[in-house]
Amino acid sequence: MSELWEAFLQAIQLIVNLDREVVEIALRSLAISATAVIMASLVCIPVGGLIHFRNFQGKRVLINIIQTFYSVPTVCVGLFVFIFISRAGPLGGLGLLFTPTAVVIGQMVLITPILLGLTISALSGIDKAIKDSALSLGATEFQAIWTIIKEARFAVVAAFIMGFGRAISEVGAAMILGGNIRGYTRVLTTAISLETQKGELILALALGIILISLALVINVIVNFALQRY
Amino acid sequence: MTLLKTVQLGYGADCKALLRNITFEVERAEVFALIGPTGAGKTTLLRLLNLLDTPTSGKIYFNGQDTTKSTQLRLHIRRRMAMVFQKPVVFNSSVYENIAYPLKVRGCGRKEIQTRVEEMLEITDLKGYEKRRARTLSGGEAQRVALARAMIARPELLLLDEPTANLDPVSVSKIEEVLANTIREQKTTVIMATHDMPQGQRLADMIGVLMNGEILQIGSPSEIFCSPSNKEVAEFVGVENILSGIISEKDGALVTIDIDGATIEAISEFAVGDKICVIIRPEDITFTLAKETSSARNVFYGEIARMTTVGQLVRIEADCGFPLLGVVTKRSAEELNLNLGKNIYASFKATAVHVIK
Repeated sequence: MSELWEAFLQAIQLIVNLDREVVEIALRSLAISATAVIMASLVCIPVGGLIHFRNFQGKRVLINIIQTFYSVPTVCVGLFVFIFISRAGPLGGLGLLFTPTAVVIGQMVLITPILLGLTISALSGIDKAIKDSALSLGATEFQAIWTIIKEARFAVVAAFIMGFGRAISEVGAAMILGGNIRGYTRVLTTAISLETQKGELILALALGIILISLALVINVIVNFALQRY
Repeated sequence: MTLLKTVQLGYGADCKALLRNITFEVERAEVFALIGPTGAGKTTLLRLLNLLDTPTSGKIYFNGQDTTKSTQLRLHIRRRMAMVFQKPVVFNSSVYENIAYPLKVRGCGRKEIQTRVEEMLEITDLKGYEKRRARTLSGGEAQRVALARAMIARPELLLLDEPTANLDPVSVSKIEEVLANTIREQKTTVIMATHDMPQGQRLADMIGVLMNGEILQIGSPSEIFCSPSNKEVAEFVGVENILSGIISEKDGALVTIDIDGATIEAISEFAVGDKICVIIRPEDITFTLAKETSSARNVFYGEIARMTTVGQLVRIEADCGFPLLGVVTKRSAEELNLNLGKNIYASFKATAVHVIK
């Protein structure tokens, strides 16, 4: 137990002292995961809207498949993307492997099912009468979809936060695709993994506490912003 | 000039069609009420007219244009009308944002939106509510927001689906007042669904009676009320004294109708042997204590089975071998000393009898 306390103190010390490397790692984690969530959202929210509003064959099956992929193992996603962007892969020419971009791509793929699925269920929670009203009042189909997304904003943002949580806390894809290169692709999770293996348990724990606090702060900020809106 | 016309509109699978053969026209600046019991298909019809759903068969013409042509045209036409739903639907934002919505989706400027919203707040008596969250309003207030929102883009056609159902009487009269003013001042064409016959009579120029997915009769409120086309319509619009019978004799236009042993004389085009219904308006029945000579062709002896006082009037149900309801003033009831069980003569003219299928 004393280790935990010590780790806590050290984490505070690292944060208070603004330890250059820790800050850099934390910011990199934040930047990579935020980019992944924002980019994935830009795709998933409209696509989720389309899946919800359009009726087509296999819609139920598609939604089931999406939901199944909520819990896809992060290493599998890492491996899958790795195959695509490694030298011999179809996108090998872009030289993306072991870059922050590769990690962003990996995390995007990882959280796409969550964002899609939760967007769809958020929209399903909105009364059909809202869409009818919007259309009746002269909205185009896209304006109506946007109106409903706005109505479902709390649930959509919850999806966003879930996605962010999964992205910033995963280690498999970041390790395989980023390679944990110091000062370049090292993020909080890969750093924790490394420090643990090195036996630097206190530092690893401190980084873990920073990771959790980061997720907490983001959550609070987003919810606060939402209340005001 | 005709604003909206439907031709042979149908909706739903053949065996359980929700609407069949709906054909009617609505003139510009006319208030058309669709009256019918719950489940008759009023909402389904309004949704088709608002182009939210597509009819299974038939056509809708708006201002002479066939609305089925293209999605683009449907949006264009839909923007010339607006619908208020039965259950008040408001967006989860402020009252101001709610009312501004139709102008926003049409890409209007900030200034214009502000003046128009203020104007609508004034008209619907919602001033001071603009910052309130629409979800926190009462049913009546929310419905007024929905009404303001529907009218802000100055639609040529306003579709109202039971706009006052489930509201308290004060909210109902407030909404009716707003509607009546708008109709008068902006010459908006209105199609409203209601199951409230008196409301239809108060607001409508024309009434269409919709039952089981079919329009049974279209006419002015007095036409519908005074000469309903059949028994179902008569019962729905609240006509009293509907009696079933068979025509037993015919002499020119004068017919003798057999009703449970009693005979009624009336004017009708129906032939001998036809099964018909007769309607006698309670106001057309005269009660007397003794049999008097008069021009009334129908005189029945009976006793008073029930008496109810409604304001200054007394409704008297007489049992003359068949039930007959009449209305007299309180004063004449007192002067004739009418009370339960008293024997009386009820008389009415042959021309007061309305014969329908």
